[in-house]
Amino acid sequence: MKHRTFFWFFLPTGLAMLLFIAFPIVSVVVQSVFAPHEAVLKTVENCTPLVGCTTETTIDQDATREIRDAQPLGRFVGLDIYLDRAHLAVAEVSDAWATTNSWGEFSDKLFNLPLYRALAFTLTFTFIVTPMLIIFGLMIALAVNSLHRHLKGFMIFFSLLPMIVTPLIGSLILFWMVDSRGVIGSALVALAGDPNFSLKASTGLTWVMLIVYGVWHSAPFAFVVFYAGLQTLPKDQIEAAQIDGASRWQQIKYVVVPHLMPLVTFVALIQLMDNFRVFEPVVGFNASAHATSLSWIIFNDLGGETRQLSAASATSVLTILGVAILLSPVLVRTWRDFKGK
Amino acid sequence: MFMKRVALASTIALWAGGALACEIDARVNIIGNEFPAIQTVGAGAAECTGAEVKKNLTADHKDIHVAGMQGNPAEYTSAIVANSTLTILMNDDLVRPLDDLIAKHGAGLQKSQLITIDGKVMAVAFMANAQHLMYRKDVLAELGIEPPKTYEDMLEAAKMIREKGVMDNPIGGAYAAGWNLAQEFNNIFLGNGGSFFKEGSAEPMVNSEAGIQTLNMMKALTEYMNPDFLTHDSNATNAEYRAGNIAMLNMWGSRAATQTTADGVTDEVKAGHAIAGPLTVGGGSIPASTLWWDGWTVAKNISDEEAEATFVAMMNGIRPDLMKDDEIASQAVWLIEGYEPTDAAIGVFDAAKAGTLPYPMVPYMGLMHGAIGNELADFLQGKESAEQALTDIEAAYVTAAKEKGFLK
Repeated sequence: MKHRTFFWFFLPTGLAMLLFIAFPIVSVVVQSVFAPHEAVLKTVENCTPLVGCTTETTIDQDATREIRDAQPLGRFVGLDIYLDRAHLAVAEVSDAWATTNSWGEFSDKLFNLPLYRALAFTLTFTFIVTPMLIIFGLMIALAVNSLHRHLKGFMIFFSLLPMIVTPLIGSLILFWMVDSRGVIGSALVALAGDPNFSLKASTGLTWVMLIVYGVWHSAPFAFVVFYAGLQTLPKDQIEAAQIDGASRWQQIKYVVVPHLMPLVTFVALIQLMDNFRVFEPVVGFNASAHATSLSWIIFNDLGGETRQLSAASATSVLTILGVAILLSPVLVRTWRDFKGK
Repeated sequence: MFMKRVALASTIALWAGGALACEIDARVNIIGNEFPAIQTVGAGAAECTGAEVKKNLTADHKDIHVAGMQGNPAEYTSAIVANSTLTILMNDDLVRPLDDLIAKHGAGLQKSQLITIDGKVMAVAFMANAQHLMYRKDVLAELGIEPPKTYEDMLEAAKMIREKGVMDNPIGGAYAAGWNLAQEFNNIFLGNGGSFFKEGSAEPMVNSEAGIQTLNMMKALTEYMNPDFLTHDSNATNAEYRAGNIAMLNMWGSRAATQTTADGVTDEVKAGHAIAGPLTVGGGSIPASTLWWDGWTVAKNISDEEAEATFVAMMNGIRPDLMKDDEIASQAVWLIEGYEPTDAAIGVFDAAKAGTLPYPMVPYMGLMHGAIGNELADFLQGKESAEQALTDIEAAYVTAAKEKGFLK
């Protein structure tokens, strides 16, 4: 393609990428290195019903407005927000390292810090859910593919249902079912033989529930991709394997899976990204007492009565970096393949 | 033709009759919480004619009102706020002083309705609220227990109820991690004589004797709660109460009237429902509760015409003749002229009489509230000590306060 043609061909995409990807990232980065100005406080008299008048502290709006107008972005704080306790907590981590004698003690202190606690769950979730959903997706795809053609359409629709259900609704339905008075909850109480047994009160079981939900919700995506891939599987290869006396398991292992490998990479890539940003189930299951994720921290910083824009921006940037690190092995491999050709 | 004329004449007669006497000439858009009393105020404002009155009454109002009033012109011309949320709007300078509008259109307002800050009226309050005791008098009477006056009484009563096998988890509480949990901490903390900040500064002071006592009391209470307590907000707690699963709870006065009117409330609960003032704790005399008001504001970033229209419409939403309607009168503890306290109002009035402290109106209280809500769950699950939980609260608060410029 001529450079000129390529330029015009690429221009709309390039503009859209600049507008919807590059600018927001720049904006988030800028917001994360600026914080609101130091508040000018003054003491005033407040009068409220049933209480009367009291002296309270409030913000001096006139003085604050002057500072704000002079520097509308706020005060430049550099990497302070990234290093504070709510994020990388450098001082707290090095203090924990210096004052603890065992790994157990150190990890107790480390996972008491909000970001590391969130990372612990986020990474566990990502690295358990992603492989499991690929395996389940493949199993469903193989099973549906071997069905009689009259049954296929119905089963495809049925298998896709978890993905069709909105994540928040899906998690809410499961949340009510596992309530100690819900269907699954009561069954578990009967099984455990303990009337006070509660899934929602246990951190370990909450994690299991979130992970099960994650696999349930995302497996259909893997299924659809793999099922499409199976339709392109050359018949003659399978027949050749059958003539060679390969068992069904050997056919899958040596013919089907290698054929689907590029798709496995694709699904892994997308799902690593998605699962690292796990959010809806944490909210839907009301699970923030047991499991938090990076996205939940951003939501919490923005949703409090006092919005913490700088803190939320810093966590966003860290999330982007986290996704980049997660994807780097796959990206490096793709780059090598590209160079190899 | 004749019929048409009759219809027209009767329309005019209705209109002139005063039912729709509110006339405005600029847009009004209200953001606020969704409980019944606020719905009434919103509906009253929407009766005004001449221009469009929009309203967005939602439990998530806190997440959007700042963004919705920051623009110029602001999307919302009025926010219905409470102690805590007025501070948030004032921190960003989003509401205007109402003195001139009150002089012009504010006849009939009572002095006690005017939320005055630094000599300027920033909000018009229409109702008061406080958390107080609700309990099942039938359950307590059957076991010969007096209604509790203190949290210690409550624990003892709960122990008896459980031992007699009447209920497994007789205590209810909105202990959902986050805002609700922090609010329950605030109540008991103030009841223990604690104060959140060092006098006149934004330095935190929750890591104190009062803080430890508060956490130990909360922990003791949770032993008698449904094990899912960390996921139960006010709505879920009320559902437990209405289903007859709990006998005592600390609940919002604004929910007292509707507690037994919802669908599916058992007859036992309807007959046994009773309310009383807030409890005290640890031998203190200050109730373990906070006093709140709900009121409305007018946005700063709108034209003066819109501000005037908003003020007129909101005044229509809190006009004294609404108080003649029994259903409306029972919805809240109204601060409006002509309101006669109903039975549902006893709890809030007792709270005020007993010297309940108002919810702190300092600019950094929101950050403190958030820090408490996030850091308490570990302690209540028995994963860390009370001292550690309080240290974490202070550390989380200090981090946030530094970012927002309240601390250096």
